[in-house]
Amino acid sequence: MQKKLLLDSDLLDITLDRLCQQLIENHDLFQDTAILGLQPRGIYLAEWIHQKLCKQLKTQIPLGYLDATFHRDDFRRRDTPAKAYETKVPFIIEGKKVILVDDVLYTGRTVRASLDAMIAFGRPRKVELLVLVDRKQTRDLPIEADYVGKYVDTIDSQRILVELEVQGAKQNRIWLINKD
Amino acid sequence: MSKLSQKHLLGIKNITKADIELIFETAQNFKDVINRPIKKVPSLRDITIANVFFENSTRTRLSFELAEKRLSADVINFSSSSSSVKKGETLLDTVNNILAMKVDMVVMRHSSVGAPHFLAKHIDANIINAGDGTHEHPTQALLDTYSIKEKLGSLQGKKVAIIGDILHSRVALSNIFALQKLGAKVMVCGPPTLLPKYISSLDVKVELDVQKALHWCDVANVLRIQLERQQIKYFPSLREYSIYYGINKKMLDQLKKEIVLMHPGPINRGVELSSDAADSHHSIILDQVENGVAIRMAVLYLLAGATG
Repeated sequence: MQKKLLLDSDLLDITLDRLCQQLIENHDLFQDTAILGLQPRGIYLAEWIHQKLCKQLKTQIPLGYLDATFHRDDFRRRDTPAKAYETKVPFIIEGKKVILVDDVLYTGRTVRASLDAMIAFGRPRKVELLVLVDRKQTRDLPIEADYVGKYVDTIDSQRILVELEVQGAKQNRIWLINKD
Repeated sequence: MSKLSQKHLLGIKNITKADIELIFETAQNFKDVINRPIKKVPSLRDITIANVFFENSTRTRLSFELAEKRLSADVINFSSSSSSVKKGETLLDTVNNILAMKVDMVVMRHSSVGAPHFLAKHIDANIINAGDGTHEHPTQALLDTYSIKEKLGSLQGKKVAIIGDILHSRVALSNIFALQKLGAKVMVCGPPTLLPKYISSLDVKVELDVQKALHWCDVANVLRIQLERQQIKYFPSLREYSIYYGINKKMLDQLKKEIVLMHPGPINRGVELSSDAADSHHSIILDQVENGVAIRMAVLYLLAGATG
């Protein structure tokens, strides 16, 4: 199995700092903006970005988790039903600007399902998407991210591995892996 | 693995502890869903489910139907009182006719023990047993144990007394299997005529005195006297049953401990439970009903999704 390092711990931190700056440019003091991490892996990044933003802006920003399992379009098209995770939306979505956060943007199907899942809670004023890694030219649906940590050219047989300390990894690192 | 070990849910006896835990975990997510402003998810939108009830039911059928609709499945309802069963059609013919209309899952209640097991051998669709005679009622046991877990945190080592008409109760048998698989200790309590002869072979305690049972247990699951299944007299009168086995709030308060009171419904107020007990803070009867929808959504979702 071949591995290529895309982002090491320092670069990842710099990248997230840049994403936070871009968010602040568009959302000012986050008066009516909320952050929603996509389960299962987007929530750690959402927490991280949320922490950075709250520290810098010295304010409390609403943060939630969204699980789109029951809205996926591949039910009964896979051997086992997808495992569901917790959804926690401790704020009113109606009328808010919502930033969806995920680790990797690949086919776009998770984002599509997440949009459906989110709308069950109300009608947001605006929805944006932030991803750490955007796999270029791999989309099945017309979905693009508003904020991207890093663009990567990949082929189907490759995958992105996100290792985070909060999930038990030794260091924060992002890898490109060749499946063989 | 997020998959059940079985293709059907026929009883608690033939599923594993891991299956039960997976159903609970999934039900927790569905409980969140049914408490949202929009209570519906699209998971089962290309699935058709037949609710086939050869025996009367209000709660279970409504609960299943609501669970199916919350999952966006198409639902058809069938009850034997208004069907060709009355004209002499066999069970297998009836169900095969329903399946010929491209139905994916069958939820069935039948007065004969083993009817869903028989169907499972002969047809392809997923089958969920919604009660077969005096045998099993698996989704009721799942929602009962889930409700206890929700209230007490875990079932390991907890003492649960099932009180009332054990002989005619499918709820009792399914509950005994589920409770034991999850590590709880089980006692049955009722008049000797309403206890099955070999019940102690299931490794449950047997108690004839309801006061002693209440003192022993953390949870009392009180069952209804099923007069419709009793062809002979098992006790002199309902009044006498109520005097010896009825539970009221005074009895619960005198225990000087926290006790959880459950009932699968329908309650015969004044017979097995007095109104003040059924409506007291000990009671989680309405939580059971709410959890019933979430549990049934989980079972339907997990069975429908396991195509491999």
